[in-house]
Amino acid sequence: MRKSGIVGWGAYIPRYRIRASEIATLWGWEPGVPHGLGVEEKAVAGVDEDAVTIGVEAARNALRRAGVDPARIGAVFFGTESKPYAVKPSATIVAEALGITPNTMASDLEFACRAASEGMRAALGLVESGFIEYGLAVGADTAQASPGDVLEFTAASGGAAFVLGPAGDSVAVLEDVYTYVTDTPDFWRRGLSPYPAHGEGFTGEPAYFHHIESAVRGLLEKTGLRPSDFDYAVFHQPNGKFPLRVAKKLGFPREKVLPGLVTPHVGNTYNGSALLGLARVLDQARPGQRILVAPFGSGSGSDAYSFIVTDRIVERQILAPRVDDYIARKTYADYATYAKMRGLYIRTTF
Amino acid sequence: MRVYVAGVGLTRIGRLFDKGILDLAAEAAWKAIDDSGGIIPDAVVVGNMLSSSLQSQDNLGAYVAAGIGLRGRPAFKVEAACGSGGAAIYTGVSLIASGLAGSVLVVGVEKMTDFPNAVVTEALAQAADSEYELFYGATFVGLNALMMRYYMEKYGVSRDEMSAWPVLMHRNGAVNPYAQIRREITIEDVARSQVVADPIRLLDSSPIGDGAAAVLLVSEEVAKSLPEKPPVAITGAGMSVDTVELSNRETLDRIPAAAEAARKALEMAGVRPEELDVVEIHDAFTINAVLLLEELGLAPRGKAARLVAEGKFHPGDKPTANPSGGLKSRGHPVGATGVYQVVEVAMQLRGDFPGVKVPGAEKGLALNMGGDGSTVTVHILSRV
Repeated sequence: MRKSGIVGWGAYIPRYRIRASEIATLWGWEPGVPHGLGVEEKAVAGVDEDAVTIGVEAARNALRRAGVDPARIGAVFFGTESKPYAVKPSATIVAEALGITPNTMASDLEFACRAASEGMRAALGLVESGFIEYGLAVGADTAQASPGDVLEFTAASGGAAFVLGPAGDSVAVLEDVYTYVTDTPDFWRRGLSPYPAHGEGFTGEPAYFHHIESAVRGLLEKTGLRPSDFDYAVFHQPNGKFPLRVAKKLGFPREKVLPGLVTPHVGNTYNGSALLGLARVLDQARPGQRILVAPFGSGSGSDAYSFIVTDRIVERQILAPRVDDYIARKTYADYATYAKMRGLYIRTTF
Repeated sequence: MRVYVAGVGLTRIGRLFDKGILDLAAEAAWKAIDDSGGIIPDAVVVGNMLSSSLQSQDNLGAYVAAGIGLRGRPAFKVEAACGSGGAAIYTGVSLIASGLAGSVLVVGVEKMTDFPNAVVTEALAQAADSEYELFYGATFVGLNALMMRYYMEKYGVSRDEMSAWPVLMHRNGAVNPYAQIRREITIEDVARSQVVADPIRLLDSSPIGDGAAAVLLVSEEVAKSLPEKPPVAITGAGMSVDTVELSNRETLDRIPAAAEAARKALEMAGVRPEELDVVEIHDAFTINAVLLLEELGLAPRGKAARLVAEGKFHPGDKPTANPSGGLKSRGHPVGATGVYQVVEVAMQLRGDFPGVKVPGAEKGLALNMGGDGSTVTVHILSRV
């Protein structure tokens, strides 16, 4: 058992949804295509939302659960691939909005969908080394997809945030973590390009599966744990099918994955993806349970964490809205409204 | 004419992320050389379509031959779009028939999966006429869709009747260890699959994959000098071309180059179509297979799809069509496909094809096509 852990967690999912069938009809996809991805609908940020506002909402919920004075947070890491500003940190906006500034580190991290997870690792490390008392890691995205691209079925908006701190104040103590990273260009967005490109089939086997499997196997080998020792397994979830398939390959039964599977309901929220799954598991976990969480980022890398839930979890579960509350809170948008909210129409201003 | 098949080699087809074009070529080539008992060939012919546009690699004859350890001998690439492999075999056969070489290694190789589909599709489209078709926005699938629509309307053939072909191909390919897609599908799966260019659906279309196939051809003289004379020979070769642009053909439901190439090859081999036990034909799209069966005289015009739906050409029938699973299921690493077909037919005649077998097969045909019928090669293989 290590000396750090999760003190508070929070989620935020925008209220708007677009059904996959609506996208399929507009672009001429057969119904079997989104069905094959295992995604029924996705969350869409409203006109006045972006990755920062989503991050602030999620972090506010995390702070509510942590019950920590924001001024005691010494590091804010913001992981996103939907930065409202290319140059100028988003982490400072989040830190300022929550009263964490000015005596804090703050930076934006980039590692596709895994940046926020690296933020968690960094914050846990800073806590354990004694440089900071508490840290905040936020993952939030308003994921982009070229209209008509198959990515459009899944690229969604949402986020999750975690206050990391000493083990003695944690709802889930870090048992161990293992990271596996290579240069595997499966998915990328060039500077000034509005939409990401993906290596299609290349994104599966050599990227997602290879990296998550390597990270999880590394963790199991390092700790001597087996899949049967875990009560929950949460994986990055670019669609509804990959996390179930990687679980099967690693020997985790479906019922340990389903509690942390949110993508079928809200789409892939990128930096929020696996972390929303972790938040949903923390919403329902009981003391003593062990959680595996393995985010993945294209480019590519994966972290496999083992957390053990403590007695403190029960009292903090009720302090903020749960992931399921956000999943249930929804207003459907048609494609035109969605296109307007996501900035797919280019207006000329005179 | 007899050009003996002394050795064959195949790689599995698929998204082979850890193998480059040279790895693939070397794997198939050395399997063929080993299979021949170690014949080091006098010449190397490489069948390939896309190395120039995808790998930025020309000079492929030297690149492959020297790369796999065969410096100092003639080597060159033969390109005829999706028909490159068949044209490479035709060239290898010509080298031996002319007496210029006693043994020729023909390697078909294609590396396609390093790129997004849009890039690969654009490269593949160069099989069509760049100035008169592609410039106007036609795609290669779109041109084949015109042929399929015309055929279905003219002969009143239904969607489900057309679907019998890909269903059969997946059933055959499911047991071929070299096949890219080893999974059975149903008529309903085809009907529900994504429209690519109406009426062509995803499951009418061959997949994109990496692969290499090689065959070691030898002359009568070299064959006689071997400890065991190879049991299979290429006894007929025919090639024919047509306009690259579809608009200058007489009709959309014919592939005249296929009929002509087959006529030449069968005549050279002294074989009648009804004598064929096994055929491997070029089904990049369902409509290709249907039209080619008719051009080969194996089905009356307008009837091939229905005959397949009724059980004709299935395993056990004569001829059995595409026991490999065809381009649809075995896969279509474009410039290698024609070589795969010759290897598969040779293995059927030798009796060692590891998938669906055609027991006792004596005579077989391999038909490889470039473009939508612009370059066709046909080879007849016989047990000798």
